[in-house]
Amino acid sequence: MLRLILAEDSVLLRAGLTELLTRGGHQVLAAVGSAEELVRAVEAQRPDAVVTDVRMPPGFRDEGLRAALELRSRDASLPVLVLSQYVATAYATQLLTGSSAAGLGYLLKDRVGEVAEFLDALQQVAEGRTVIDPEVVRVLLSRQSQERPLARLTPREREVLTLMASGLNNQALAARLFITEAAVVKHASSIFMKLDLDATEGNRRVLAVLAHLSGQEV
Amino acid sequence: MSDSTPLPEPAGFPPVTVLAAIRRRPLRFLGSWWPWRCWAYLGSGFLIGYPVLLVLVLLLGFGVALAVVGIGLLLLLGAVVAGVPLGALERWRLRWVEPEPVPDPHTSLAGAGPAAWLRTRLRERATWREFAYATLLGPVFGAAGFAVVTLLAFALILVATPAIVWAIAPEPVMLIPGRPVSGPLEALGGTAVGLAGMVVAAYTGALLAAAQVKTARLLLGPRVEADRILELTRSRVRLVDAFEAERRRIERDLHDGAQQQLVALSMTLGLAELELRGIPQAAGAAALVARGRGEAKVALEQLRDLVRGIHPQVLTDHGLAAAVAEVALRHPVPVTVDLDVPRLAESVEITAYFTVTEALANAAKHSGASRVAVVGKVEGDRLTLTVTDDGRGGADPGAGAGLAGLADRVAMLKGRLVVSSPVGGPTRLRVEVPCSG
Repeated sequence: MLRLILAEDSVLLRAGLTELLTRGGHQVLAAVGSAEELVRAVEAQRPDAVVTDVRMPPGFRDEGLRAALELRSRDASLPVLVLSQYVATAYATQLLTGSSAAGLGYLLKDRVGEVAEFLDALQQVAEGRTVIDPEVVRVLLSRQSQERPLARLTPREREVLTLMASGLNNQALAARLFITEAAVVKHASSIFMKLDLDATEGNRRVLAVLAHLSGQEV
Repeated sequence: MSDSTPLPEPAGFPPVTVLAAIRRRPLRFLGSWWPWRCWAYLGSGFLIGYPVLLVLVLLLGFGVALAVVGIGLLLLLGAVVAGVPLGALERWRLRWVEPEPVPDPHTSLAGAGPAAWLRTRLRERATWREFAYATLLGPVFGAAGFAVVTLLAFALILVATPAIVWAIAPEPVMLIPGRPVSGPLEALGGTAVGLAGMVVAAYTGALLAAAQVKTARLLLGPRVEADRILELTRSRVRLVDAFEAERRRIERDLHDGAQQQLVALSMTLGLAELELRGIPQAAGAAALVARGRGEAKVALEQLRDLVRGIHPQVLTDHGLAAAVAEVALRHPVPVTVDLDVPRLAESVEITAYFTVTEALANAAKHSGASRVAVVGKVEGDRLTLTVTDDGRGGADPGAGAGLAGLADRVAMLKGRLVVSSPVGGPTRLRVEVPCSG
């Protein structure tokens, strides 16, 4: 069970998400409607994790995302899952290319319909892993210019990379793709070799891939 | 740039005037038709100006003297309205030295007959401005024109001295009193002075003509026209602003309304699906709910694309470079983006963004291009953006409503949009917009 704080300005969604999270066995300490309240609530109640919308009052721009970054700058270990209506990779990049992306997630709001997967993603973030929405990764992978090393990946390797970025471990990945864990390991090492990345453990791999995708230095 | 088709250009790019001709190429000006046009204009101005002065003096003089009799008032009125036909003549004559015609400032008549004409014209400010011009024409412009034309005449005679010396030989000719010139060769010095005089006459003539054009524009042109253009521009700016605000409102309404509702719906369906999975008898219902959730997901995706097309939030939050990068990522044709721009004014960013998306859409739809390059930078206080594709070209900027609309938006920001698309390619779209910052 996680002790959560939820920030979402739409009353309808706030209620729905609270219900969903509660049914998922978590405790919603506070459900707030603005970025300011979110920061205050987190300071006061010290939750296990935060779930927040991107677009929030008062400016209805990326206040939620900024609040998430601020909370992380105060406490780098606080897990934050950002829910967004935007596939735009700039938001994911903004969130995840700070000093550490451990325990951060960027999911499209659509994903809450897949209740089990959503709760799973939240659990992963709370455990300190990184989760990126597959749709965002797909956009990043779909059009990389020819000179980028990503063009050298096979379709299967792209598939593996996408699932890896959404936070799945080798075991879950193998189950999802109906292949053996050994095959996943083989694909993974091939990907890292092609991208000139160090094959380090779990979360770091995702970070490296993301940094690479967004054109940042690793 | 014969291969480029400039779209309707904003105000601020007038045809070449005499001053611009001097400023642009001071030496080539001498060899052009400009000096001759100016001389003809000033010379004829002198020919018209003095009779006009004479008529005005007579009419005004007798008018004042006979005012008590009554007929004097008529003479005075006659002097005032005499400016009307003179104004028409002068506007026509202005075409010799001014590429842009000066429109008639008079309104239409309120009735038929000379009385109605007189009533309408006397009430108009334009008539009184024309009267003011008429009083200036003789003493000011006529005199100045006379001076230039006289200077020109002396210069021409000096230029011709070798021919004169040759023609009237053996009679002596004295260019300088007391020193006779012995032959045509010796008279070449006079030719040199004459040519110098012509150069002086050319430049002073041009400056005088320009001054007269300015005055004539002020006094003979319609005043309200300028106000109307300003008002038109203002109302266009208001329209574009209102249009933009409306887009934002629609985007906000969709985001806060339909999108959230659909997310909530898909969440509820997801929960229902979870509940139903636990009941073996409800497998059919679970499948239906799953299908419903899938449909809600597709609707959400479509709505998201629609909202992005209306107004991309990433443009507001992250600026032009990030927003264009996102578009490039989704584009069916590989796009290289080289945008080195800071955050700019919102109107500039929006216009630049929609220019790029329009150009990219055209490249994907019509050009058959295999690569597109977007390059943009800010130099001084101007943003320049070019979108180039390697397609087959032949795009007609006049045909696309999208491009015409963009040209309007760019013109609103006092910028310009140039499309170059020769048959065989490449197509290049270039935008320049002033931006502060």
